[in-house]
Amino acid sequence: MKYLRSVLLLVVLAVVLSIGIACAEEKALYIPMISKGFQHQFWQAVKKGAEQAAKDYGVTITFEGPESEAMVDKQIDMLQAALAKKPDALCLAALDSKAVVPYVEKAKEMGIPVIGFDSGVESDIPVTTVATDNIKAAGYAADKMAELIGGEGEVALVVHDQTSRTGIDRRDGFVNRIKEKYPNIKIVDIQYGGGDHLKSTDLAKAIIQAHPNLKGIFGANEGSAIGVINAVRELNKIGQIVVIGYDSGKQQMDAIREGLMAGAITQNPVGMGYMAVEAAIKAVKGEELPKYIDSGFYWYDKSNIDSPEIKQCLYE
Amino acid sequence: METATYNLKRFRREILRQFLMFGSLLLLFIFFSLSSPNFFTFGNIVSIMLATCVNGMLALGVTFVIITGGIDLSIGTVMTLSAVMSGVFITYWHLPVFLGILGGVGTGMLCGFANGVVISKMKLPPFIATLGMMMVAKGLALVISKAAPIYFTHAPSFSRIAMGSLVGKLFPGFDVPNAVLIFIVSIVLASIILTKTVVGRYDFAIGSNEEAARLSGLNVDKWKTVIYSLCGIFVGMGGVMMASRLNSAQPALGQGYELDAIAAVVIGGTSLSGGEGSTIGTVVGAFIMSTLINGLRILSVPQEWQIVVSGIIVIGAVYLDIIRRQG
Repeated sequence: MKYLRSVLLLVVLAVVLSIGIACAEEKALYIPMISKGFQHQFWQAVKKGAEQAAKDYGVTITFEGPESEAMVDKQIDMLQAALAKKPDALCLAALDSKAVVPYVEKAKEMGIPVIGFDSGVESDIPVTTVATDNIKAAGYAADKMAELIGGEGEVALVVHDQTSRTGIDRRDGFVNRIKEKYPNIKIVDIQYGGGDHLKSTDLAKAIIQAHPNLKGIFGANEGSAIGVINAVRELNKIGQIVVIGYDSGKQQMDAIREGLMAGAITQNPVGMGYMAVEAAIKAVKGEELPKYIDSGFYWYDKSNIDSPEIKQCLYE
Repeated sequence: METATYNLKRFRREILRQFLMFGSLLLLFIFFSLSSPNFFTFGNIVSIMLATCVNGMLALGVTFVIITGGIDLSIGTVMTLSAVMSGVFITYWHLPVFLGILGGVGTGMLCGFANGVVISKMKLPPFIATLGMMMVAKGLALVISKAAPIYFTHAPSFSRIAMGSLVGKLFPGFDVPNAVLIFIVSIVLASIILTKTVVGRYDFAIGSNEEAARLSGLNVDKWKTVIYSLCGIFVGMGGVMMASRLNSAQPALGQGYELDAIAAVVIGGTSLSGGEGSTIGTVVGAFIMSTLINGLRILSVPQEWQIVVSGIIVIGAVYLDIIRRQG
């Protein structure tokens, strides 16, 4: 009965592993977090913040997300399992803002407050949504740009796309701030490269060649910013054009250390996780919450890139 | 006389295997039910069944292919393409919902047919042929949908295919979604095809010894194409169910799903070298996987460990298969 023995062994193994891993059940508030992913360093940083909040407030959390941001159905399975546990509150970063609506409604029926993080749900049910205010952050990038080029001259933007929320917000946040506050700065071009490194490189090169007096370029996400860095390097304009980026990634961070890039905006994933858990606890206690909570951002450059506060928000 | 004892031995082993498989699933259920009061509830059991449906459909389809000794890696992305095509029919072209379903299932069948032709006529190894189809289907799904989800919001009856509840209408309070019903019907159909029809018989014949089947006058090329198309039909149905459940066709989803389905087939005791297998085994395999994942989630086991445990189960199940073969 070698076979039978192996089956038993296997089951015992699975059982022991699960028991060993499952945390001892406590009577603390339980708040599952369903994110858009869990392997990516951005989500790991969100998780870190959430765990810190759980520790500070003495609540229990779990953090789960599908392996890729395309797996809408896997996220729904996770959502269902989370609801089956009858949690006290639920934090959700929906992959598809429409597909999750029935489950959010179910949570409401069960009396479980839902807190959105990173991106919203197309419904009024979430008590609040903790997300980066991209308009504000891009506005700050515009202030930095103005400061670095001396308040006058020509600048251009390389944006990932003109349809996504982040693309629109980052572009408008930057452009509007320049128009309102810096009449001597002229935005000569805005181009869209789909966040594709190569495409963004080619169009950034075209912009630089078309505008010989260009003083600065803002790359609105990681791919766009890397494109701008490549263009400046290939055209040998290092030091002549101020480059400001967004998000992180190894290439962008290297460019900042080298001095090729003046600095960049990073979101605050650690803060996002922390604030989401905090908001969930407040929602359980019945406290009033604003509809949106800005999780904030950081400006980082050569001087602070290695500081612990910034470092935990960056990924390679 | 010798063959008789051999057959008896084999029969007993088969019974033991089936028993053990159901036994493991039962053990999982008992264990999770004892560990958490939230596991064995009507709502959660429905969640498990719903989570099994799509993977189960793909697994049923690919069982036929694996029994021939072949493999189909394209099932994940063909499922996506089928979902996208039903989106095109219903949302872009405003055709009636049943035509959309037919379009989705038909797309799956066409892809399966293409796989079959490439494998039997052009003599490409199944691994390569279906790897190619996996990429073609993935790319086409993105091209056709312009890389954005297609929503079925204007055709509310579409989402009822999977998420409505006929059972709930007959027995109020017993809201088993239709997807589960469709899955059960598909299991019955697949079992009948595999055990009671020529398709099933030839399926096993090709898998046991393709050359012998050919020499005894079987048109192996034709039947292989039929079997790959059949697999495609199940995959197409899986795609429609997925789209209906999400109320949208998600063009970027699907890659990696073939491996989950193949794992379910393998856990269910179907041999990757062909010639043996059963649909019931596949279904139990798919349930073991989804029950395990659901249970570990209910127990709040960290996600990283859920993956490790699933991997151990796959390796263990195949190891059992090997022991059985030797034993």
